[in-house]
Amino acid sequence: MSWAIAFTQPTHRARFGIALFAVAVLVAPWVVGHSGGNAWVRMLDFALLYLMLALGLNIVVGYAGLLDLGFIAFYALGAYLAALLASPHLVSQFPVLAAVLPAGLHTSIWIVVPLAALLAAGLGMLLGAPTLRLRGDYLAIVTLGFGEIIRIVMRNLDRPVNITNGSKGIASVDPVHLFGLNLARTHEFLGIKVTSVYLYYYLFAALAVLILLACLRLQHSRIGRAWMAIRDDEDAAEAMGLDTRKLKLLAFAIGASFGGIAGAMFASFQGFVSPESFTLNESIAVLAMVVLGGMGHIPGVVLGCLLLAALPEVLRASMGSMQQWLFGQVLVDPEIVRQLFYGLALILVMLYRPTGLWPAQKEALR
Amino acid sequence: MKGQLLKVEGVIKRFGGVHALDDVSLYLEPGEVHGLIGPNGAGKTTLFNVMTGLYQADAGTFCLDGQPYQPDAVHRVAQVGIARTFQNIRLFGSMTALENVMVGRHVRTANGVWAALTRHRRAREEERRTRDWALQLLHYVGIGELADQRADTLSYGHQRRLEIARALATEPRVLALDEPAAGMNAVEKQQLRALLDRIRADGRSLLLIEHDVKLVMGLCDRLTVLDHGRVIARGNPQQVRQDRAVIEAYLGAGAHE
Repeated sequence: MSWAIAFTQPTHRARFGIALFAVAVLVAPWVVGHSGGNAWVRMLDFALLYLMLALGLNIVVGYAGLLDLGFIAFYALGAYLAALLASPHLVSQFPVLAAVLPAGLHTSIWIVVPLAALLAAGLGMLLGAPTLRLRGDYLAIVTLGFGEIIRIVMRNLDRPVNITNGSKGIASVDPVHLFGLNLARTHEFLGIKVTSVYLYYYLFAALAVLILLACLRLQHSRIGRAWMAIRDDEDAAEAMGLDTRKLKLLAFAIGASFGGIAGAMFASFQGFVSPESFTLNESIAVLAMVVLGGMGHIPGVVLGCLLLAALPEVLRASMGSMQQWLFGQVLVDPEIVRQLFYGLALILVMLYRPTGLWPAQKEALR
Repeated sequence: MKGQLLKVEGVIKRFGGVHALDDVSLYLEPGEVHGLIGPNGAGKTTLFNVMTGLYQADAGTFCLDGQPYQPDAVHRVAQVGIARTFQNIRLFGSMTALENVMVGRHVRTANGVWAALTRHRRAREEERRTRDWALQLLHYVGIGELADQRADTLSYGHQRRLEIARALATEPRVLALDEPAAGMNAVEKQQLRALLDRIRADGRSLLLIEHDVKLVMGLCDRLTVLDHGRVIARGNPQQVRQDRAVIEAYLGAGAHE
């Protein structure tokens, strides 16, 4: 009986939830991989990249209440940084570099990731600075433009000096090497063959969990409360002595740094980056994950990510065979049906759960 | 005469051609409750907003406790030591009552991102002190048992109290209240008055904009009366009540006879 009472207390429930979540994270690729193969584990990898992005965006949109439609720019920045620092591209373009680095440019991931975080944070502040006076829709438009600017710059920065290789993108990006382990290869642990997508899964999961913990700690801190105060009522927050400009810049910087980390991971995982990976659609997809899950509520954001990253793939895989089964033939292109259902799902959630699938519920703090 | 706590002199504020404030001065002594009254449109709230940095004055000097301050940014005024409440209550609605007051502690605490991420010992101590302080203030204004309620679910009277607690959390030298009794029923007004009396008894200085004459006359030590952006009278409630200019401003010329 006392066990039952203890169990219903929030802290114990939360602990149980965390344990369950940890187990689910550890076994997920094996369950998914067993039934669907490597392609589905790969999809999980991307879901985790999206989770890092969504957690970063959640700081800006969910905590500080700043609508950012150009968040993918920081992902792009991280990705291009990793691609430039760990691929043959720069060396092949600049003979000077080739002379200095006969073995080519292979920057360690231990340098690339912090650098991506820092650079993205800097860019986040650079974007934030001119938008500090803007609110709501106006801010959204400016950030949208910013996201597009970054993408277009990446596409056109192949002349006069070829830095980004334009729309052709940068290929042969080094995979992640961790402790002498090349994550692009299959390795054997205790007699179990572990392929690349599984290795990346665990790396991404570790990073995502770290980011998630950082978000949780920020949320329940002086800084997190200040952000939420600004979100709820900016004027009142200022009247309480909060330096709203500084705090907003901080939100932009921290959110962007998570995006930069995700971008660097994306480039190393994919081995290739091109401007087409960083369209407005991607910004909106990440925003949809945050909003659909529940703005400012981490479990909601995780749920939103899982659903929106998985749903398109599940639909893509199932819509053809479902039509075959229902009508005996494929009437509509599965791709179109997929888009239809995706849009429908978003509309239904916004109609019936306007605050998200799993919004924050205020309860006793501890 | 004692040293003035707050000295605001020669404030001019124009909106286009309208002189909202024309050479207005305001003096607040330590420990007093000072009322700022006047008919609608007299410029009370404008003066409030100028003093707290929401509007920029066209002219005027501002001095708190002998130290000149420039009300050029709202957040800096709060840091200097003037905390305000709003005519239409403005709380952080999605946060709990306790969190609202904890936000008020922001200016007097220092934990940054690093402290949040690592939760080192000093950070945890500061966080605990902030929480204790906030809870104490909630009890002080009489809503301690509502600490974990969302601010926007509280009743009107409780929201008003929460706003006062949040302002007190910044440890203000001057607590400025913009029509705290607006929209309150008789019982709530009575309770508010008791609370403000208690705050005064604890040695705080209050600046009060209020329409409720009974509350103002009963509570305030001294009054400054504004009309059409000018100061038309100052003094204790007795003096102001008999002031010809004040009566004319409120009731129209000739009302005295």
